[in-house]
Amino acid sequence: MSGILAFDRVWVEYGDKIVLEQVSLSVAEGAFVSIVGPSGAGKSTFLRLALGQERPTRGEIRLDGRPLQPEPGRDRGVVFQRYSVFPHLNALENVLFGLDCEGSRFTGRLWGQRRRAAREQAEAMLVSVGLGASLEVYPAQLSGGMQQRLAIAQALIMRPRILLLDEPFGALDPGVRLDMHVLITDLWREHQLTILMVTHDIKEAFKLGTRVLAFDKRRHDAQAPHRFGSVVVYDFPLDHKSPAPVPAELAAMAQRAEP
Amino acid sequence: MRRLLNVRPGPGARFLLGLLPLLAIALLYVGASSIRHAENPSEKILPTVGAMVDQARVMALQVDPQTGAIPLWQDTGASLRRLGLGLAIATATTLILGLLIGVLPLARASIGPLIAAIAVIPPIAVLPILFITFGLGETAKIVLIVVGVTPFMVRDLAGHIAAIPEEQIVKAQTLGASTWQIALRVALPQAMPRLLESLRLSLGPAWVFLISAEAIASDVGLGYRIFLVRRYLAMDIILPYVAWTALLAVGFDLILLTLSRRAYPWAHPARAR
Repeated sequence: MSGILAFDRVWVEYGDKIVLEQVSLSVAEGAFVSIVGPSGAGKSTFLRLALGQERPTRGEIRLDGRPLQPEPGRDRGVVFQRYSVFPHLNALENVLFGLDCEGSRFTGRLWGQRRRAAREQAEAMLVSVGLGASLEVYPAQLSGGMQQRLAIAQALIMRPRILLLDEPFGALDPGVRLDMHVLITDLWREHQLTILMVTHDIKEAFKLGTRVLAFDKRRHDAQAPHRFGSVVVYDFPLDHKSPAPVPAELAAMAQRAEP
Repeated sequence: MRRLLNVRPGPGARFLLGLLPLLAIALLYVGASSIRHAENPSEKILPTVGAMVDQARVMALQVDPQTGAIPLWQDTGASLRRLGLGLAIATATTLILGLLIGVLPLARASIGPLIAAIAVIPPIAVLPILFITFGLGETAKIVLIVVGVTPFMVRDLAGHIAAIPEEQIVKAQTLGASTWQIALRVALPQAMPRLLESLRLSLGPAWVFLISAEAIASDVGLGYRIFLVRRYLAMDIILPYVAWTALLAVGFDLILLTLSRRAYPWAHPARAR
């Protein structure tokens, strides 16, 4: 298998509960992969694996051909639905955080000339996500959409190999969500990002993604539902030249809640 | 008719409402005191306001020929020194242990149960041990304050740090932060306002331990004086001393609150109500 991120026969089990069952897939560089599925189907587990927050029970995950470090690292950026930014730092300091840590191992803070250079870089990043007017503002004073813009800027400044988005727009109003779609698409093109995005909004998945992965259980055992894990049941490449209709069976599946 | 729980006093009304019970108690006291004085002019249990002011003036302004010092200031200085040292040591210990336990699961597993075990020991019960170990001097009193407030503060702070959303810690790691950098730049700044708050809450218990230690073995201090003059039923000295102690406690509380608001504005968002 090639590609930037590869899952090779990955299983995740908690005790005798099987969450993911032999998942093998490869993500090409520059792809925007949307991940959908009913709740409890292992979407978030999949993202946590990629993040290194969790390790597979069996199988292997490779990033750029090398086995993935089983802890979060700076080659993978992340934006969660909430709590992605630091409440005690203002917008600029939030974006500077990664540069600070990189440049100063002991104090975690840059000074003088290097700080000015980092500050310019951070300001440019904030301007590019539309927060140029809110440099000194604390997250609590930013709206939900602006907080997510900040979280994206904070992640992108470290130039991660992959950007992982965990329901990033799930808590936002519909209008704000549309603005965020435009923003993330622009950033994806401009920075040639590889993005993995978990979402429960199937229209969003098809609108943004170049590929849609759907996780679900292939089989259900009424007596022992936990003994069958989820697999990738659908894997659609999209070219976006013609608008792809959402397959009816997939729409139905995403609606279904777990028993 | 509006529900009672929806009736909110404005700022002026709130001030008056707060003042009311205090005034009522003061009036009640003055009334009771004058009734008892009418019956018995040498009444000592409820001294008149005038008598208390006179005694307070003596304690706060006149040099005691035996010690060559003004009692109130000498007592206040000695007590505050003990309190300050005790709380400073407790706060520093809390910051270090709280960060360790809150950030590192390894430290939580090894130090956490120890702190929990120490926290259930009533501090006053170990006071004899402290007197035996450290003698009757300053050390035992300071150690009592440290032993009394630190376990609570450590558990509070460690719990607060451990409750920092996992998302933040993961995010920091994806930004390349090391364990040290996360402790220094994510956990520490978010711990500081909580530390100040828990210090404010610990002021009350700290005073209790200080007064207890001073009452048992001391030759100077606010607690020492109160328990000394108790022998002469000198309520006209005890009550001003208690009021002065309360005033000091309120003052410290205000200072800490102001400090936290100034230094950590993000932790004090404008209150909705």
